Amino acid sequence: MANIGVYVELKEDKSKKSNKEAISLAKKSGKNVYAIIFTNNLDQHLDELKGIKKIIQIKDQDLFYQPDYYSDTISNIIKDFDLNDFIGICSAQGKDLFPRIAAKTDASLVNDCIDIDFENNLITKPVFAGRLLTKIRVEDEFKMYTIRPNVFPVQASDSEENPEIITKELNKKELKTRIVDIVKSDSKKIDLTEADIIISGGRGMKEKENFKMLEDIAQLLNAGVGASRAAVDAGFATSDMQVGQTGKVVNPKLYIACGISGAIQHFAGMKTSKIIVAINKDSEAPIFKKADYGIVGDLFKVVPLLKKELEKIL
Amino acid sequence: MNIFVCIKQVPDTEATLSVKNGKTINEDGIKWIISPYDEHAIEEALKLKAKIPETNVTLITLGPKRCENALRGGLAMGADHAIHIETDEHVDNRIIAKALAIAIKQEGNYNLIFIGKQAIDDDSYLTHIYLAENLGIPVSTNVTLFNYESEKVFVEREIDGGEKEKIEMTTPCVIGAAKGLNTPRYPSLMGMMKAKKIPIKKLSLQDLEIGEIDNKIIVEKLFAPPEKPQGKVIEGDIEDGVKELVKALKDEAKVL
Ligand SMILES: Cc1cc2nc3c(=O)[nH]c(=O)nc-3n(C[C@H](O)[C@H](O)[C@H](O)COP(=O)(O)OP(=O)(O)OC[C@H]3O[C@@H](n4cnc5c(N)ncnc54)[C@H](O)[C@@H]3O)c2cc1C
Ligand SMILES: Nc1ncnc2c1ncn2[C@@H]1O[C@H](COP(=O)(O)O)[C@@H](O)[C@H]1O
Repeated sequence: MANIGVYVELKEDKSKKSNKEAISLAKKSGKNVYAIIFTNNLDQHLDELKGIKKIIQIKDQDLFYQPDYYSDTISNIIKDFDLNDFIGICSAQGKDLFPRIAAKTDASLVNDCIDIDFENNLITKPVFAGRLLTKIRVEDEFKMYTIRPNVFPVQASDSEENPEIITKELNKKELKTRIVDIVKSDSKKIDLTEADIIISGGRGMKEKENFKMLEDIAQLLNAGVGASRAAVDAGFATSDMQVGQTGKVVNPKLYIACGISGAIQHFAGMKTSKIIVAINKDSEAPIFKKADYGIVGDLFKVVPLLKKELEKIL
Repeated sequence: MNIFVCIKQVPDTEATLSVKNGKTINEDGIKWIISPYDEHAIEEALKLKAKIPETNVTLITLGPKRCENALRGGLAMGADHAIHIETDEHVDNRIIAKALAIAIKQEGNYNLIFIGKQAIDDDSYLTHIYLAENLGIPVSTNVTLFNYESEKVFVEREIDGGEKEKIEMTTPCVIGAAKGLNTPRYPSLMGMMKAKKIPIKKLSLQDLEIGEIDNKIIVEKLFAPPEKPQGKVIEGDIEDGVKELVKALKDEAKVL
């Protein structure tokens, strides 16, 4: 039977939310699943890896993401264990790591997949910032995929079987691209690409200070705060908050746009949100055509009311 | 110093796209631009050129005849030379990177290669890393800060959650430009005049001897995603409106 590998992405030894999606997808493929995980504390991750037959644990005294070490190590594992498919998340790290592995192992990689049909070998991915979709056939023995977060369903495992654990050392052969430090962001921001709920502000927010209103709601809902490019350009928000064609592509259950007109480039970054809410004082704003729910009104009145109503139900 | 900048010509972000023959976009009436991240790549190269004497900036693209305009646009910004690997064939990112690598190597010395973090048509996020692996040199992408000092490169690259990785590389290396890196300049009138006179070096895939063109990623179908039906717009009294909204989000949409 063919073998499929899944990269379990950790951040400071915590599992990324979308690992569950990648693992569920790997299991659904009907192939032998190998989970590859870089950790010294496997126990805390075993629950999530239930139902997987083989876990390859990579250990090292100081384990943190170095693209060369990680890609070398995984490339060797792929060869040693005869993996024909390899799945990961289309995260910042996934987009850095997977192409390196693909280049080293001469595999074919498709990033940002939103559907994978293993049987017919067809992959769907957005192109032109989601304005179009494409179905791709990969004519290669060895295929790699990164999946868009929040798209693939999560299937809980009822297996009680204990996985086989194989331990490997990190391959520290060559370090060409050296990560010397991580600059933390000042606040404890929720990662927009994984957030379940996002509340965003646009030029209509008028001032940087007014984003505090959105942050308050975000805290209430455990949501991330996003922004339009106009809001970023005006200095109301930082560039990592920008949603859209030249910002982040997000895919939450709920996206609330406040004082955002709904330009095509903004829409490109959030159109796949399950539910879109627009708050805008201009009833002609294009965002209303794309929103599931819209409120026509002054956001400086609507947003505080929204907070009050949410507090009631939460 | 020799700097190369890889650029791709793509449809304007505002362009209305329609599908032809179920596999490609209908190119009629489309306005073409340099992919936005590639403009940041050009800008960073030109900034470095201004600091380091005797620096040559060479643009390189692979694509059909129309891509000449993208090269002219980059020359007008201030690049010195341009190479066009002209082909009408659709080739996947592996092959693009291979062709770019061979063409760059043929030119002799290269110290730095700037490239976009992603082309906004296929959104592949691949070519930069494939290119670097082809050349056997370091690469960093999604770069928002770049510094060069005595043959060493220091970059910051944005990762999830607003955090940044600080990275060191030796030259030659590949840098994948992201938006925060700089503000691309507009071509000056003089630049545009000058650009018209610069000869573009033409190459074909055959010239590069890349061997068999074995596309492994085949587009079976290109299509528009289904449109969302028009939603519910609440007008009138906002106090009632907000109540209605929260109720709907909770009970109807079940997202709270
Ligand atoms: C190559 C390219 C890439 C781009 N990439 C992106 C991108 O990644 N992300 C992005 O967002 N944009 C991007 N843009 C910019 C995009 O075209 C728009 O200019 C931008 O999205 C507009 O932001 P906005 O909606 O906040 O501002 P505006 O379009 O100015 O809209 C402001 C809205 O606020 C409303 N408003 C004002 N006051 C109030 C109030 N008191 N109460 C309620 N509503 C109010 C107004 O009615 C208006 O609809 C890009 C553009 C280009 C050319
Ligand atoms: N055909 C091409 N010619 C020149 N550069 C390209 C080409 N395709 C992609 N690139 C470069 O590679 C970057 C990443 O593209 P992609 O991997 O397609 O997302 C782009 O921003 C360009 O700088």
